[in-house]
Amino acid sequence: MAQKEIAGKMIDLDENGYFTDPDQWSKEVALAYAAEHGDTLTDKHLEVIEYIREKVKSGQTLTIRSIGKSGIVDIKGFYKLFPGAPLKKATKYAGVSKPASCV
Amino acid sequence: MKKLVILGAGTGGTIMANKMRKVLERDEWEITIIDKFKTHYYQPGFLFIPFGTYTKRDVIKPKADFIPIGVKYINAEIDRIDGEHNKVLLNDGVQLNYDFLIVATGVRVVPEETPGLKGELWHKNIFDFYTIEGTTALSKFFKTWEGGELVLNIADNPIKCPVAPLEFVMYADAYFVERGIRDKVNITFVTPMEGAFTKPRASKVLGNLLKKKNINVVPNFYLERVDNENKKIISYDEKEVPFDCLITIPIHMGDEMVERSGLGDDMNFMLTDKYTLQSTKFENIFVLGDAANIPTSKAGSVVHFAAEIVFENLLCAIEGRELTGKFDGHSNCYIETGFGKGALIDFNYDTEPLPGSFPFPGIGPFGLLKETRMNHYGKLMFRWIYWHVLLKGKEMPIPSEMYMAGKKL
Repeated sequence: MAQKEIAGKMIDLDENGYFTDPDQWSKEVALAYAAEHGDTLTDKHLEVIEYIREKVKSGQTLTIRSIGKSGIVDIKGFYKLFPGAPLKKATKYAGVSKPASCV
Repeated sequence: MKKLVILGAGTGGTIMANKMRKVLERDEWEITIIDKFKTHYYQPGFLFIPFGTYTKRDVIKPKADFIPIGVKYINAEIDRIDGEHNKVLLNDGVQLNYDFLIVATGVRVVPEETPGLKGELWHKNIFDFYTIEGTTALSKFFKTWEGGELVLNIADNPIKCPVAPLEFVMYADAYFVERGIRDKVNITFVTPMEGAFTKPRASKVLGNLLKKKNINVVPNFYLERVDNENKKIISYDEKEVPFDCLITIPIHMGDEMVERSGLGDDMNFMLTDKYTLQSTKFENIFVLGDAANIPTSKAGSVVHFAAEIVFENLLCAIEGRELTGKFDGHSNCYIETGFGKGALIDFNYDTEPLPGSFPFPGIGPFGLLKETRMNHYGKLMFRWIYWHVLLKGKEMPIPSEMYMAGKKL
């Protein structure tokens, strides 16, 4: 566990760079954190991120498939927004912990 | 007369019928179990059928053989649960009232969810081994196959028995060595995960085993569709893997009844409290096994451990006491690694699989997270234990709660 300054705020991160406290998240922090990783977040990205935060808050398990059914993006669109490992990137910028979608 | 209704006569439902009939007075409690299928499959045995170790005969028995006397067994399809009115509606119009309900309707593979998967090559060059039809068709195919690209793909998680795909490729390696054509068979393991397994230390050990056995791993591959014409699987980000024989682990979903009842998530898994194993919507509904959306492996060993908790909590609820059972997500799996050896892992919600010995610390006889001959015998013995001890709800010498003794951090 480490602390890191993002957009002027001290954020607690785990060893893989995921937030340990979702309440430290804000839109500004997300934009800055993504920029650090070379990604620019559009409104569409933020819409997906908001959806992820809602889902996690209600205790539901996140999967790529469930995001594809969100009505915001389909799975292909999700890959286009966050190329490579979409669920990992999106949850990282959404300020939630790493998804335990599989055991 | 009070009523306990159990939906599903698979591993979980059958264990609960046996456990509950022993403790609930017959003149006070009526127990009914419902399932649309008549055959009980020993699903861990499906893995061995393509390689000729087991045949269909070894893995099937009538469900009715395991339902105890004093439990009413109905062979019918379930339409839905009406949780507001404590009722189960069957397809033929019959309605059953309940005081308590256990949902153990399991999970099913849905190849139809992936475009092209159930196309013209289905059961010709594309096989699943999670159904009796798939695994027996593959057994026939392997007998005359002369080699080529053997690709195993996991479409998505969660899946039943997350180690079975790994076992399959390791067993295939041994099988083709024994047949003398291993040099003609290229084995590739294609997974949506980052590596061989999700838990870091096990992933490393298992990943190294695959490497040693000359099995390729393609990670982070999320299947979009299957191209039957060119024999390729294609991911959402346009990666392609060609195959001559594709072993698919299709998308898994809960029973459609769950959707009709409005009690599940978008994959039809019952919304379940991961500690109490109650439905999050109705306190008098408990959920056991693969049907639940809890973050455990979907496997018989989890069902076995969770059954102890459902048993404890159901008795608390019946007697109006606070629920004392708390599930820790305990899972315990034998992993066949081929050539008469096996590995064993033991883990829960919070502790990943670690090396050590099991069940007796420092003694074993089983070794955790390492390949031994004893582990392989454990797996073979388990079939007998399953039919004769586990389904009947008898005591097993392993507590439901995981323990750290014998594990090396």
